[in-house]
Amino acid sequence: MAFSSWTDFVSMGGHGVYVWSAYGVTFLLLLACVWVGQRRAKKLIQRIKKIAERKTYASRS
Amino acid sequence: MNFSAYFHRWGSPKYFHTYATRLSPWLAGFSVVLLGVGMIWGLAFSPSDYQQGDSFRIIYIHVPAASLGMSIYVLMAVASVIAWVWKIKLSDMVAQSCAPLGAVFTVIALITGAIWGKPTWGTWWEWDARLTSMLILLFLYLGIIALRSAIEQREVAAKAAGVLALVGLVNLPIIKYSVDWWKTLHQSSTFKLLEKPAMPPEMWLPLLVTMAGFYCLFAWLLLRYTTNEILEREAKSQWLQDRY
Amino acid sequence: MSLKAADSPVLSRALWAIFCREWLMQWRQPMEWLNPLCFFIMMIALFPLGVSPEKNLLQLIAPGVIWAGILLSTLLAVENCFKQEYEDGSLDQLLITPHPFFLLLYAKLLVHILLIGLPVILLTPVWGSMLFLDTAQLKVLLITILLGLPTISLMSALGAALTVGLRRGGVLIALLVLPLNIPILIFATAAMQAAAQGMSVQGYFAILGALLVLAVTFLPALIAAALRIMVSR
Repeated sequence: MAFSSWTDFVSMGGHGVYVWSAYGVTFLLLLACVWVGQRRAKKLIQRIKKIAERKTYASRS
Repeated sequence: MNFSAYFHRWGSPKYFHTYATRLSPWLAGFSVVLLGVGMIWGLAFSPSDYQQGDSFRIIYIHVPAASLGMSIYVLMAVASVIAWVWKIKLSDMVAQSCAPLGAVFTVIALITGAIWGKPTWGTWWEWDARLTSMLILLFLYLGIIALRSAIEQREVAAKAAGVLALVGLVNLPIIKYSVDWWKTLHQSSTFKLLEKPAMPPEMWLPLLVTMAGFYCLFAWLLLRYTTNEILEREAKSQWLQDRY
Repeated sequence: MSLKAADSPVLSRALWAIFCREWLMQWRQPMEWLNPLCFFIMMIALFPLGVSPEKNLLQLIAPGVIWAGILLSTLLAVENCFKQEYEDGSLDQLLITPHPFFLLLYAKLLVHILLIGLPVILLTPVWGSMLFLDTAQLKVLLITILLGLPTISLMSALGAALTVGLRRGGVLIALLVLPLNIPILIFATAAMQAAAQGMSVQGYFAILGALLVLAVTFLPALIAAALRIMVSR
């Protein structure tokens, strides 16, 4: 352990703002990538289901 | 099974979709574990740098992001040239998914580099050779993304992006070299990011772990984005409808 | 250009015909290549007005100003070099001649390089003296233009080929081409700065020459491929 206390860890020897903001921005951007991918997958799967439904409906009638 | 059959099987969206869905959870798990372990190790346990203090801990995200930014460009260029020459659609889907992801990792490298620069150099931006070539790399990504979005026909966009990516790939080492060389001409800062005599293992081991974590995360994102492309382009095909 | 299969000329005559046609067309629309030149002159005039007319400062920024101007005006000059052919269908005609398309492109591109390059070179003493360059630096500037301008024109032509027929072509081509031209900018301006400090400049010329050879060898083939792709839409 490089830090003696919890407050030491947060302040990062005075560089806390820089370290934590860098990690925060990275985390947010990566999370945004994941979120965009998952949301698009959801929408596309819904679309595929709709197309399939329409197909079965058309073949029945 | 011979090589070409293997190649063609991986070129089929159906096969890719099957294995991507099976592989995805593993990659997601690995990336979360590796990133978690590497970051906690790097942030809390590795010793602080004798010159830069604790701000050097940004290295554990900056270096993997920068490395990915460049590797993704190579992957994208190779994939789009394959798509252009052999007309393999899946390869184009991979190339298309690479572009935004590569741009995001390059942006991460630039932002973390700037944040790291503030305590190290005293300014947010220094015309450091590495940061400058990352900036140019970002422009290259933006060019590819813009070209793709400007051409409506998918096959044409794929081929045009292939030409541009090929030129960019050949140009990338020249740009890198010219920028490095330009920097030695205008040497202003003596204190560089990432320049240390020799890092002790407790410092670089966590870097190795986060590096692996970033690559796993990218692989997972790439599978997700490529699968999304399959879902969009093959929406009308029967096998896909059978699966959902 | 009407090349019928029956009287398909030998390659040298085809090249000459394309060269003459291109020359004539450019001559009849002088604004196509005069406008970028005017743009260049105005851009150079903006710096003394905007920064400072002081001699030392202008000498210092002159290489960068001139080369950034060359980069942008070349882009403007070559931007539309395939547009008209694409719209009136003569590009398709060129594509189906019995000769390799990329060889024919050499003739066409040569006209464009000469048309943007020659006026820039002829007028170099003018803006050189406007920015207080001395004779040694002027010489170096001329050689960097000779070696660098064809490379960036070819690169810009690739951008023009990739954006031919696109609605948002204008801004897009700058985004595609400018990052790829950065090495030329760096080496050319570095040569001029080295000349100002009395250092050897041959190394820079060697690199610019190597890039020129690379560009002349590979870019026309890639431009041909890009045009083929874009025409197939």
